[in-house]
Amino acid sequence: MAERVPARVYRKLVSARIKSNWQYRTSFLMLMAAQTLIVSLEFLAIVFVLELVPDLGGWTAPEVIFLYAMATVPFVIADLLVGSSERTSQYVQAGTFDRILLRPLPSLLQLWALEFELRRVGKIIPKLAIGGWAVATVDIVWTGDRIAVLVMALICGVLIYSSLWVATASFAFWAVATKEATNAVTYGGQSANEYPLHLYQNWIRATLGWGIPLAFVAYVPAQWLLDATNPLGLSPQLVYLTPVIATALVVVAAIFWSTGIRHYQSTGS
Amino acid sequence: MGVGDVAQTDMSALVSSGMGQLRLMLEIARRSFRRASSYRLATASGLFVNTVFGYLRASVLVFVAATSGGAVRGLSAEDLATFAFISQGLIMVVGVFGDTELSERIKTGDVVVDLYRPADLQLWWLATWLGKSSFHVLSRGIPPMLLGAIAFDLNWPEVWWHWLVFALSIVLACLVGFAVRFCSAIVTFWLLDSRGVDQAVTFTIGFFAGMLLPISLFPAQVETVARMLPFASMVQLPAELFLGIHSPSAIAWTLGQQALWAVALLAAGRAMVATATRKVVIQGG
Repeated sequence: MAERVPARVYRKLVSARIKSNWQYRTSFLMLMAAQTLIVSLEFLAIVFVLELVPDLGGWTAPEVIFLYAMATVPFVIADLLVGSSERTSQYVQAGTFDRILLRPLPSLLQLWALEFELRRVGKIIPKLAIGGWAVATVDIVWTGDRIAVLVMALICGVLIYSSLWVATASFAFWAVATKEATNAVTYGGQSANEYPLHLYQNWIRATLGWGIPLAFVAYVPAQWLLDATNPLGLSPQLVYLTPVIATALVVVAAIFWSTGIRHYQSTGS
Repeated sequence: MGVGDVAQTDMSALVSSGMGQLRLMLEIARRSFRRASSYRLATASGLFVNTVFGYLRASVLVFVAATSGGAVRGLSAEDLATFAFISQGLIMVVGVFGDTELSERIKTGDVVVDLYRPADLQLWWLATWLGKSSFHVLSRGIPPMLLGAIAFDLNWPEVWWHWLVFALSIVLACLVGFAVRFCSAIVTFWLLDSRGVDQAVTFTIGFFAGMLLPISLFPAQVETVARMLPFASMVQLPAELFLGIHSPSAIAWTLGQQALWAVALLAAGRAMVATATRKVVIQGG
């Protein structure tokens, strides 16, 4: 029974957080609408690009939009669940991280619950709609193995983005005020994934393939699912690496975080 | 200690004359510059983000130009890569993401201190804004351009006076950026929580200023609309002047447009403050 306690507390904290946000309904709804607007405008920019050049290195517009959905749906889900990890630097700066360490609950879990923002659902809704449209439009016969790969890619995507969030957030234990550099990896990573990998220069491609292996979230599985033009000549077998990379990144993130906590020295006076 | 507390003692002597007002503003701007420059790590970290996004945007735009036979809508691959880095460099300079300091002060009621000062509320915050922007030109504006030039061919002004035109355009862009945010901050007097408005304004700017994609690549009708809005003055117009794609008369018209927006929006901000201070109850006991 003991191991269920964190889950129960997490659920309680999150629902309390939602209730308290709901007290300021107008503000909450406006913030949520703002999130939806943000996503829609970002997407519109991509639609404008596709109107100019309907063919991005052999990929059709629906194929690119399918890729966009595969890149960004896991991102917004990870954002809802663990995006608040980036708050670590504020906690460290204010000295309030001590309070988190005192409680008998995993520190990350507390952070995720305390800073849970339901308004981020405002980002998920339009992305799911875009994804739904893309799935219905692209030329894929949805056999069992394809559905399995799609689901696997989405879950691994959430894990990979989440790991990046936690890993970069743990830098705050060494140097505060690095939130923006964190964003370069997380938001920048999502942004890089929105377009087919073959459009980038070699060195960016190498970074996305092997440095911060974001290509495995969207480009590699989308390539496999769509059987799209393959200017890079990537092996279709690469798709099986996605879960391996996701697992490896989760481990790396856990190591970063626990090393960070061990290194942590309170800022209090 | 914030900029708000600066120069409290010798201020009443200063504001008694017009010259004094100017010296006061310069003093506030200087302190604001210094304050912005004290966050070294945050600056480096922000510069890193701007450069990363610059590389990503430039890659996509260069690819778009290459697949369309070297140029889209009259813009070459070099032009578009340059645009990507200029737009990233301008984020902090013109304040695309804004600044919640004034709206926070309105929310908490601290603004009453600002209103008591024998200095104009709008000029005070404008001086703060310009001080910060000057620092950001050096720290967040120029470095991404130089880092961009390492990986991409960029298009630099060929005539010396294009640099002057660009500099003037940046100043006007800063004024427009300030005026827009000042108006949205004043809205807090009525709404109390301005975060939703702030975010909506941020992304309207991001889109219609040409941050996500140059306005010149929008579908024709959307481009026409975007050019009629003040946000184009913040990124798109200065970038076009940097690229030197305009004739002398078009340059004059571009600068004129920016100046008109700056004046109109600053006036709108003043009018809003006047209404707010007459009708609205300030927060706090």
